[in-house]
Amino acid sequence: MDMTRRAALMTSAAIASSVLFPMRSFGQETPRKGGVFTVHYGAEQRQLNPSLQASTGVYIIGGKIQEQLVDLDAKGQPVGVLAESWEAAPDGKTITFKLRPGVTWHDGKPFTSADVQFTAMEMWKKILNYGTTLQLFLTAVDTPDPLTAVFRYERPMPLNLLLRALPDLGYVSPRHLYEGKGDIRQNPVNLAPVGTGPFKFVQYERGQHVIAERNPNYWRANAPYLDRIVWRVVTDRAAAAAQMEAGQIHYSPFSGLTISDSARLGKDPRFIVSTKGNEGNARTNTIEFNFRRKELADIRVRRAIAHALDIPFFIENFLGDFAKRGTGPIPSVSTDFYPADNGPQYPFDKKLAAKLLDEAGFKPGTGGTRFSLRLLPAPWGEDITLFATFIQQSLADVGIKVEIVRTDGGGYLKQVYDDHAFDLATGWHQYRNDPAVSTTVWYRSGQPKGAPWTNQWDWTDPTIDKLIDDAATEVDTAKRKALYGDFVRRANTELPIWTPIEQIFLTAISAKARNHSNTPRWGSSSWHDLWLAE
Amino acid sequence: MRVLTLAGRRLAASIPTLFLILIGVFLLLQLAPGDTVDALMAQMGGGDATTAKQLREFYGLDLSVWAQLGNYLWRLVRLDLGFSAIYGKPVATVIAERLPATILLMTASLSFAFFFGLILGVVAARGVNKWPDTLISTFGLMFYAMPTFWFGLMAIVVFSIYLQWLPAGGFEDIAVSYTGLRRTLDIALHLVLPTLTLGLFYMAIYLRIMRGSMLEVLNLDFVRTARSKGMDETRVVVRHVLRNALLPMVTLIGLQAGTMLGGSVVVESVFSLPGLGRLAYESVIQRDLNTLLGIVFVSALLVIAVNFIVDLLYARLDPRITAGS
Repeated sequence: MDMTRRAALMTSAAIASSVLFPMRSFGQETPRKGGVFTVHYGAEQRQLNPSLQASTGVYIIGGKIQEQLVDLDAKGQPVGVLAESWEAAPDGKTITFKLRPGVTWHDGKPFTSADVQFTAMEMWKKILNYGTTLQLFLTAVDTPDPLTAVFRYERPMPLNLLLRALPDLGYVSPRHLYEGKGDIRQNPVNLAPVGTGPFKFVQYERGQHVIAERNPNYWRANAPYLDRIVWRVVTDRAAAAAQMEAGQIHYSPFSGLTISDSARLGKDPRFIVSTKGNEGNARTNTIEFNFRRKELADIRVRRAIAHALDIPFFIENFLGDFAKRGTGPIPSVSTDFYPADNGPQYPFDKKLAAKLLDEAGFKPGTGGTRFSLRLLPAPWGEDITLFATFIQQSLADVGIKVEIVRTDGGGYLKQVYDDHAFDLATGWHQYRNDPAVSTTVWYRSGQPKGAPWTNQWDWTDPTIDKLIDDAATEVDTAKRKALYGDFVRRANTELPIWTPIEQIFLTAISAKARNHSNTPRWGSSSWHDLWLAE
Repeated sequence: MRVLTLAGRRLAASIPTLFLILIGVFLLLQLAPGDTVDALMAQMGGGDATTAKQLREFYGLDLSVWAQLGNYLWRLVRLDLGFSAIYGKPVATVIAERLPATILLMTASLSFAFFFGLILGVVAARGVNKWPDTLISTFGLMFYAMPTFWFGLMAIVVFSIYLQWLPAGGFEDIAVSYTGLRRTLDIALHLVLPTLTLGLFYMAIYLRIMRGSMLEVLNLDFVRTARSKGMDETRVVVRHVLRNALLPMVTLIGLQAGTMLGGSVVVESVFSLPGLGRLAYESVIQRDLNTLLGIVFVSALLVIAVNFIVDLLYARLDPRITAGS
C-alpha cells in the first residue's frame, strides 16, 4: 500500500518536473485571446478586498481585480505594479513611491496617490491582519502630487522589508468608494471589489461562484488574454478532483485536493501537478510547546521529543516528494534570509531521546509511561492530522502518552491562543518573504493574549527579543540577514517551536493553461498574462 | 373541516416546541470552543488582539450568553432573524437565497423515492418470493446500505467523468448564461445525479414499507370479500389494497422530511449545490449563530408544513380519521 502510494507520488513528481517550464516546450505558440478559466474555490471568505484581509483565500479572487504597489517577479525580486519606482531616505524613516501614470479604476476614476494614502492609513494600518504590525510606526503618507506617495515612519523601516511585505500587504483600494461611506469593514464594495487590475468584478453568488471579466482599459498593453475567470465554490476535496477530471475546473490552487488525488491527477497528461509558482507560499509544519507545563519547560524534554520523531520516514511515506526536512523558522526557499548555518538539528535517535528524558528526571512509571500530554492538531490540512497521529505513536515509544484533541478552526485558535489549553500543538507556519512579517511574532515575548499565530507558549528569551527588535529596524540589508541568522540558531537551540518539515503548496492545473506558475506567488498574482490553448 | 381544526391545533402546539429547539441549539453551540471571531481569525490566517476585540464588540459577542439569547428571542418575536456575521447580510436574505436549491432537491428526491418506492413495492408484493421480488428486494437492500457520499462520488465517476453525460456538480452552467426554458432544463440536468444520490436511499425504505404493508393488507378479510365478489385483480389492488397500504408510506414522508434536510448536507457538499444543508454546516464551522438559528427555524417550519400536509392526506386516504372523536 505504502509502496504504491509512494510510487504514485514519484511518478507525478517526474511528470511535474517535465512540464514545469511550459514556456520552453510551448515557446512556438502565440498567445490566444479569449477563453474562460475556471478555478476551484475551496473556502469562501467574508469579503474579497485584499487591502482588508491578507490571506490566499482573498488573493485568489481579489488579487485579479485589485493591484498592489509592488509584486514579486519570476526571480522573487520586487517589481513595480502600481508603483513604478521607490527610494528610501538614508535614515530609513521616509520611503517615497513614484506611482504609475494613466491608471484608472474599473469605474473610470483615475488612480492617484490619494488612494494610496487612504488605503495605507485607514486599511493597512488599522484593519489589515499583519498590516497593523508592519505599519505600526507609520505616521503619515504625504501626497505632494497625484503620482507621489511619501511614507513617513517614526522608526526606521527597512526598504528591503517593506518591499517584501507589500506583495501581500500592499493592495490599494479606491478612496472614493470608501471615504465617508461608514464602517470600512461593512462597505458593500468589499464583496464586489473595484480595482485597477486586469479583471473586473461581475457577480458573486454565495455558495456557487464568483465571476470576473476582462478589463478592456487595463494599463498593461495587450493584457489580459482571458475573457473571464470563474471561481467555482467546491468545498468537498474529492468532488473538486472529480470536477477537474470532468473538465469543469481548470485549476485547483494551494493544495486544494487530497494528497492521493493530487498524485493521481499528476499521472494524467491532461493535468500538471507541481509546487512551481508557490515558492512564495512556503510553510513549515510546526510543533509548539506550552512552557506552562513543567515537563515541557525543561529543554531536555523538548529536545527528546524532537529526537523521538523519524521525520524522513514520515515524509517519505506520507507526504511524498513534495515535502522535505525543515531546518528552522526560515525555510530554504527564502533566498534573501536563509542562513548558511541553521544551528542544532535533531536527527532521529530514540535512545538519545530516552536518555534525555531520564536525565530530566522523568523516569518511566507503571506501563512504561513517563507522563501524558494533550496534543492539539490544527484542522487545516490532512498532513497535520497524519503528523499528529505520527507524533502520538512515536512518543509512545519513548514513554510519553499523547492524547489528541480534535477541533475545528475556531475551536483550535480559542484553545491554543486564548485559553492556552494545550501541551503540544501542531500546525503550519506560513512564511511571507520576510521574517518580520509573520515569523518573528511566533517567538517575540509579550504578545497580547488571544492574538492568533503569536508567541502564546509563555516562552521568554531577552536575547531573541532583542534580535527580533534590532532586525525589524535595521536598514542595512546584510546586517539584517546576519541578525536573522542569529535568530534562527538561537531558536533552534532553545526550541520553543520545532519546525521539522518544510513544504510548498501544491497546484493542480489543466495542461491547456499557458504562462502559469511563473512567479513565486502565482496563485495570488493578477494572471494578466495567463492564457488558455485550444 | 374537522381535519383543519385538528391540524391548526397541532400547528399552534408546535410554536413552544420551536422556541425550545431554538434555545437548545443556542445553548448547545455555546459549548463549542471559540466564537465567530475566532473562526474569522482562522480564515484570515492571522490578526492581532485589538482587531479581535473590536470585532467582538461589533458582533455583540462581548455581551453575556443570556443577554445574547434574550436579544435573539426578542428579535425573533418581531420576526427578525438577525444579521449574518459571515455573509454580511440579513439572515432572512441568506436563507432565501439558499432555500430554492434545497426545496428543489428535497421535492425531487422525495417524489422520486415515493413514486418508484411505491411501484417497486407493489410489484414486489404482487410477486412475493418469486424472481421480481428477490431482485427488487436485493437492490433495495443495496441502496439502503450504501453510504450516500460514496454513491454520489461513484455516480460522478461514471456519468460525468467516463460517460460525460451529466455535469459533475454545481446548480447550473455558469460559463454560458441560459434563460427561460433552456435554463430550467440546465438546472434539471444538474439535479439528476444529486436527486438519485439522495433519493435512492429513501426509495429503498419506501419500497420495503410498501411491500410489507401491501402483503399485510392483501391478507385482510375485505380483500377476500372483494375478490369473492368477482372483482378483477387490478381493481382489487388499486381500489382496495393500495389505498390502505399507503397510510404508513405517508406517515413516513412526514417523518423523513426532517432527516432529508440532514442528508442533504452530504449531497450538497459532494455536488457543490448552494443549499441549506451546506449553509448549516458552514454556519457551525464559522460559529455564525444567527444564521444557524435561522436555518433551524426555517427547517422546523418546513417540517411542520410537511406534517400539516400529511395530516390532510390522512383524512383523504382514511375517512375514519376525520370522523374520529
